[in-house]
Amino acid sequence: MQSKKQQKLVGQLLVNGILLLICIAWTVPTLGLLVSSIRDREDIQSSGWWTIIPHRGWVQVSELPIPENASVDSEITIEGVTATYDEFRAGVDTGDGRQFVWIGNLRNGHIQVKDRQWTAGSNFTLENYGQVLVGKEYTIRNADGSTSTVQGDDLSASFLNSLTVTVPATVIPILIAAFAAYGFAWMKFPGRRILFIIVVALLVVPLQIALIPILRDYVKLNLNGTFLAIWLAHTGFGLPLATYLLYNYISTIPRDILESAFIDGASHFTIFTRLILPLSVPALASFAIFQFLWVWNDYLVALIFLGVTSGNVQVLTQRIAGMVGSRGADWHLLTAAAFISMVVPLVVFFSLQRYFVRGLMAGSVKG
Amino acid sequence: MSSKKRVVVFALLAALVLVMVACAPKATPTPEPVAEPEAEFMCPSDWEMLTPELEAACMGEYDGMVVTMTGPFTDEDEVKFNESVAEFEEWTGIDIQYTGTKEFETIITAAVQGGDAPDIADFPQPGLLLNFVKSGDVVDLTDVMNQDWLKKNYKQAWLDMAQMEGIQAGVWARYNGKSQVWYPQPAFDDAGYEVPETWDEMLALSDQIVADGDTPWCIGIESGAATGWPATDWMEEIMLRTTSLENYDNWSFPADPADRLPFTSPEVKNAAQVMSDLWLHEGYVYGGTAAIADTFFGDAPLPMFDDPPKCWLHKQGNFITSFFPEGTVAGEDYDFFYLPPIDEEYGKPYLIAGDIYAMFDDRPEVRAVMDFFSRGESLRTWLGSGGALSPHNDAELSWYGDDIERGIAGLVNDADSVRFDGSDLMPGAVGSGSFWKGMTDYFSGTVDLDTALSEIDAAWPSD
Amino acid sequence: MQQTDIQEKRRTTPLEWVAANIGRILISVLVPVVTFLGLRAGFLFLRDSDAPQLIIAIVAIIWGVGGVAALYWVFNWVLELLPDEWKAQLQPFLFVGPAMAILTWYLALPTVRTFWLSLRSADSSQFVGFQNYIATFTQRIMLEAYRNNALWMIVGTSFTVSLGLLIAVLADRSNFENVAKAVIFLPMAISMVGAGVIWRFVYDVDPHIGLLNAIVTALGGEPQAWITLVQPWNNLLLTVIVIWLQTGYAMVLFSAAIKGVPDDLLEAARVDGATETQTFFRIIIPYIQGTIITVTTTVVIFTLKIFDVVMVTTGGQFGTEVIGVRFYREFFNNQNFGYGSAIAIVLLIAVIPVMIYNLIQFSKQEVF
Repeated sequence: MQSKKQQKLVGQLLVNGILLLICIAWTVPTLGLLVSSIRDREDIQSSGWWTIIPHRGWVQVSELPIPENASVDSEITIEGVTATYDEFRAGVDTGDGRQFVWIGNLRNGHIQVKDRQWTAGSNFTLENYGQVLVGKEYTIRNADGSTSTVQGDDLSASFLNSLTVTVPATVIPILIAAFAAYGFAWMKFPGRRILFIIVVALLVVPLQIALIPILRDYVKLNLNGTFLAIWLAHTGFGLPLATYLLYNYISTIPRDILESAFIDGASHFTIFTRLILPLSVPALASFAIFQFLWVWNDYLVALIFLGVTSGNVQVLTQRIAGMVGSRGADWHLLTAAAFISMVVPLVVFFSLQRYFVRGLMAGSVKG
Repeated sequence: MSSKKRVVVFALLAALVLVMVACAPKATPTPEPVAEPEAEFMCPSDWEMLTPELEAACMGEYDGMVVTMTGPFTDEDEVKFNESVAEFEEWTGIDIQYTGTKEFETIITAAVQGGDAPDIADFPQPGLLLNFVKSGDVVDLTDVMNQDWLKKNYKQAWLDMAQMEGIQAGVWARYNGKSQVWYPQPAFDDAGYEVPETWDEMLALSDQIVADGDTPWCIGIESGAATGWPATDWMEEIMLRTTSLENYDNWSFPADPADRLPFTSPEVKNAAQVMSDLWLHEGYVYGGTAAIADTFFGDAPLPMFDDPPKCWLHKQGNFITSFFPEGTVAGEDYDFFYLPPIDEEYGKPYLIAGDIYAMFDDRPEVRAVMDFFSRGESLRTWLGSGGALSPHNDAELSWYGDDIERGIAGLVNDADSVRFDGSDLMPGAVGSGSFWKGMTDYFSGTVDLDTALSEIDAAWPSD
Repeated sequence: MQQTDIQEKRRTTPLEWVAANIGRILISVLVPVVTFLGLRAGFLFLRDSDAPQLIIAIVAIIWGVGGVAALYWVFNWVLELLPDEWKAQLQPFLFVGPAMAILTWYLALPTVRTFWLSLRSADSSQFVGFQNYIATFTQRIMLEAYRNNALWMIVGTSFTVSLGLLIAVLADRSNFENVAKAVIFLPMAISMVGAGVIWRFVYDVDPHIGLLNAIVTALGGEPQAWITLVQPWNNLLLTVIVIWLQTGYAMVLFSAAIKGVPDDLLEAARVDGATETQTFFRIIIPYIQGTIITVTTTVVIFTLKIFDVVMVTTGGQFGTEVIGVRFYREFFNNQNFGYGSAIAIVLLIAVIPVMIYNLIQFSKQEVF
């Protein structure tokens, strides 16, 4: 008994230990992003984010002038320490716990004397988040020579647009796909196999090939620039995966459940809405999470169907992409923006996670 | 079906109908009665040779109309663009709706092919515009614009570059100078270095810096999907300095396909060799050759601003100043010199790149806006705020907000020859495809020079 | 089963047969079309409306979601009023029809168009036969792309699926399930641009910025330009990014499936004295086999289509070219519609084995 208990304990430790290791490995890159988002532009470009962790490092304590008549090719002696120029540039340990580093070149350089001390980067700022949320400020010089400040847009309008795009673009395909998945899994009709295989084949079609023909149709239907246009587009592009994933789940629902319902005289529609949908909640929730993420992080589809000719409807990704510098070097803003746009998908994940529950079909399987 | 269900269904339907009805009144756009008793000319009185449409626009005839535009300006550039047209919008009442995107090539291709083209699009690469000219989507401006005015307000070279496939494809709106070498002025002066006047002096300076125990050049060509483009700029600079303008034109933008100078020709190979002698020279580049392909082009000049500098020279277009560390001031912390000539025979050429605006929908108010863009006034606040140079003759040097840009504009005006960024003129498959890739492959050591050049050339469309 | 046989025997008159088929098509087309027209009317109003944005947003959401749901309801209600035989014939099309109609419009027709374009020249003006396809299989760069895609598919899929499964199982037994799952899921929520920045901080050549090089130099090594010059291993380093991003996807699906394994089965196994490993391989794996096939299929297809990660990090340079990037460049940058389309069709050809395998699985399903 004792050994069994011990075994269980060891197993539990092993499970938690391995999982913890994987989780740490998974978090490190994101941690880098988080830390970078609260550092300022210069710091990000000059030192690693991990330098905020206290560590033993070389800290400059004093400075020496460079010796005269030094040359790149011969050895140089500074305060009794002899090394080549290149060695000094890389840093030379003096043997008494100090380090000499040659900064600059032979003309304008100096020698840094460093001691090994505990150190940690501690220069943090929330400015990056402020700029992303409230909008950047730009200085413009007017024709008369005076300058004025233009405040960039804040995120609220594009945030609302993103929600308006994402919520229906998540719910609609799930609804349509769930019906179709049930049809494929449990209904008999001609063309069932060929239609299903079309769904699988369409999984691989890159959505970019559809942009031009769909835009043409939208122009003819006078539909572009409406939310409906973009919901339908996301529905179309998300449907193959939605149908495929939901089919997989719905087809594994034990046959006995459906049989007994049919015997009770229920119709397909009733079985679907009353039985299958509630039983499929974990699958619906997991697909909802994915579809929500993809739509939320989409840039191209929104730009083409909402953007070009009706410039006033901007989603969050467009707003952020536009903000991070004309040519994209503003790492400090990119990192902050990445975190801000992550908040909503994470909320969705946490709120849907509770639907992954055990025992939905408990008691339904013949033991 | 139970009666309860039916009630639910009907309630839902009723709700939908109600919403529709509720929205209807708001939806019908009620044209506000415009009470404008007398029309008045609102634009600057010194504007001359206006097209009838611009004249009408200035009289307020197109008040309330919308002109849509798409282009690659985002962030600061987008704000500067919007500011530069704000006054015009006030004068005329025309609303210029600009959508900026970094995925410009995709968006414009999809929009034009999908029949949803914006009224005006801004092309930073004439080679891309050429595709749409070929497919017949671009409005020919020959009869839209006042040609006498264009001749008066642009140098002929600009007008020639706007001619594509026999039509006038657009108007030039702004440009950037490319032939600048930036250096950290205070440290440079302290060290006693002197600005080189010739290529040999520049190499001598490089050697001097190496002898002083430093690396002379900051070079980085990483740019995500566009990695390699800074290398193509260098190639073009050296081509202009080592061979004739005719060869350069035939290399980048051959009028007749039969005259095309291929990448495999001795002229191009020689230029690539000159470039390799500098780039691949032991100790010349900060971080070593390995760092060239891996350094983001915007981060490349930063070591120049360390104290003391870790590298000393950086060739790049004038836009690069917006990547310099915050708080650095032109003329105090940095300055530039003209990338010196190599062979006296070819004089002092200047390499530039720029934006051409093309028109996709021929309506009177769009014509008026196009005419506006052919005037220096359309760039005035942008010149003041920095980040653009004006190709218009009626833009005054005093409008420039910073001395560096005024200086570049002056140099370009006085240059022996001015040529456009060749890779931007080449067909997209080469100019923003194989040329970038070939240079990257060569300088990162994936292929040798001959292979790189022949692979670049192979992508040139055959028709 | 027997019920349907009887029905089929009874359905003899041609008139009935015609009527039923017309009904099928009608119902497949009518549901989406009526939905579409109703929704469209509302949205044209909304687009031109001046109402506050918040109200537009709320109305739009209710309108869209409610409209689609209501339509299914109404059509089923109409169906229920029909005679039973008709109902049995038509109902599957109420279920499957709308999805197929939308798929046809949004993906199938564009695919057919793409195939047509792939047989034509760059500007689609002339028929060139299979010339584009020949180029697709001979260009050095395309061959490089195939090699890399194969690598992506094998390495990317095997790691994503096995790590996802491992994490789902471990999390199920651990004491911090929700936290662990959130941590693994987190990368999925990050936009592609954000992910690009994250991995720059890992792979950068400068040991002051790139974590990997900081570690290498701390151990006394030379810093490497990981994703540019370390060819062809840079492809593997890019694959790591995708594994990091996509494992959350596999984990979520596996986790949902594992929750579906009935407790009594597990209990029974434990009572019989099975070890955890035995339970895993004998009970859990067979029970979630369907999910494993599904996840593997989708991840294989995802790695075949791989595009953003490569575009954001290397743009396909430095020997990291993949099919998705090639297609995009030819189609949008070079506007070579013929060649670009041919590359896209190659993707479809590549997925045929996956389709066949799925068809076999599909045929095993018994329906009513």
